[in-house]
Amino acid sequence: MRYTGLATRFETNAEHDLMLNTIDRTSEPLVRLSGAGVQRAGRWLVRGVDMDIRPGEIVTLIGPNGSGKSTTAKTAIGLMKPQEGTVTRRSGLRVGYVPQKLAIDWTLPLTVERLMKLTGTPSPSEIAEALEATGVAHLAGAEVQALSGGEFQRALLARAMVRKPDLLVLDEPVQGVDFTGEVALYELIRNIRNRTGCGILLISHDLHVVMADTDTVICLNGHVCCRGTPQNVVASPEYLKLFGARAAETLAIYRHRHDHTHLEDGRVLHQDGSVTDNCHPADGHHDHAHDHGHDHSHGHRDA
Amino acid sequence: MIMATTIRMGTAMLDGFFTRALVAGIGLALTVGPLGCFIVWRRMAYFGDTMAHSALLGVALAFLFQINLMAGVFLVASLVSVALLLLQRRGALSTDALLGILSHSTLALGLVMVAFMSWVRVDLMGFLFGDILAVSRTDIALVYGGGAIILGLMAWLWKPLLAATVNEELAEAEGMAPERSRFIFMLLMALVIAIAMKVVGILLITSLLIIPAATARRFSTTPEQMAVLASFIGVVAVVGGLFGSLHFDTPSGPSIVVAALVLFLLSLFSFTRRPAGALQ
Repeated sequence: MRYTGLATRFETNAEHDLMLNTIDRTSEPLVRLSGAGVQRAGRWLVRGVDMDIRPGEIVTLIGPNGSGKSTTAKTAIGLMKPQEGTVTRRSGLRVGYVPQKLAIDWTLPLTVERLMKLTGTPSPSEIAEALEATGVAHLAGAEVQALSGGEFQRALLARAMVRKPDLLVLDEPVQGVDFTGEVALYELIRNIRNRTGCGILLISHDLHVVMADTDTVICLNGHVCCRGTPQNVVASPEYLKLFGARAAETLAIYRHRHDHTHLEDGRVLHQDGSVTDNCHPADGHHDHAHDHGHDHSHGHRDA
Repeated sequence: MIMATTIRMGTAMLDGFFTRALVAGIGLALTVGPLGCFIVWRRMAYFGDTMAHSALLGVALAFLFQINLMAGVFLVASLVSVALLLLQRRGALSTDALLGILSHSTLALGLVMVAFMSWVRVDLMGFLFGDILAVSRTDIALVYGGGAIILGLMAWLWKPLLAATVNEELAEAEGMAPERSRFIFMLLMALVIAIAMKVVGILLITSLLIIPAATARRFSTTPEQMAVLASFIGVVAVVGGLFGSLHFDTPSGPSIVVAALVLFLLSLFSFTRRPAGALQ
């Protein structure tokens, strides 16, 4: 029941849909990759990538290991230089980055609170707000080495978002997190986008859950295999070829569907406006989940 | 009568070389605390050792070209660190092997060159293990002047260096220019080695960097706290070591390191437990 409290802080789906529609496709993208290719030791890690990320847009990169996901993300934020094609970033672009691997040596005494000030100078109230939003406010004084995988990822997310970035780059943010935690983290990411309107570049090798809130999925395997909305990508022949029909079958697109909201006092607000002490059995609950419903999409089977 | 003599001797010592040794040692300890912390955090102990060992080559070259000793040491230590960074980038050999090669070959080259230069009288033991009791007023000025520069630059570099220590790519992605701060850090290390050589000697410099920092870890909850604490633990080690060397008539440089070691061992038995969930 660890994440129960989170549900109360989430906006409803209606607001989310509103946000989706507010992505201005004609606006200047935060980052634009045009035919970008990166070479290392005579081998192309990835080639011919076109990618735009606009404010308020969530772009997810998926693909097998070594398919160039991290390379593409690093190229987008200037950590790697492309050997062909171009990368243009909006001038003064503020990036918040959660790297794939982050091991902090035990010899470095670092509390969660101090971690928040690593690259910026946020005020105490901004720190408290970010930790509150990611659900780790109670860990502010804890040493980062003592955190669990999920807690650490949340602290890293809080650190990245306290910078108030224009672009948030998350390299496998749900690694080492169990399924319930994974769902909660994706909710959190969606929520950050909705509240701040920043662009988000998400990397996932986890094919089981691709955020349904993703606006664009780009499926990589050394080049762009296919792209589109999560539903389109799952149904595309390139995707099936790359990951196999079995992988596609087990792939679940996490669909967020609130039909009720938990209030601060523990009571439940339903979609029809009624308030009860408990959730209805018919509410969108998964058997073991506690604060929101989700279903697994297997639409491609019927297709 | 005997007592009066002892007191007179004591005063003379405090007025003279012993006071100068204390003042120089304390200045150095204050300077190296923050640097030592980064050496520990970034796992650069062997790297620091390699730079220090190359100092003897610097000494030899300084004699050969008749330039200032400290300048020679600073230049060679800087060159060695740059060479190491370049070799690392080529990636042919592991960093560990590269350090092993550079560390001992520069030390050996220095020793061989000094042996060839029969026209200069070199106090080899002094360079290897330090000769703090021989520090002059000029040396003290250098320790404090250099120390002020080092601490000033460290304060300026603190945020980017710390961010890069946590994660190099994160620091770069968020505009902290980790390459530049690492380069300046290397130069500061070279400067510290040039300054510290006379006090604790080439072979013991890294211990003065690392042991106080490692001792401070258990009592610190923030990086800044650890840096300040490392400086003060270094001061205690210098004072304890110097008085110990006076009392037991032992060599001063090694005595300082032994004092630092004693403090470290005491910290192991301290009431502060290693925090739960500590890694490694």
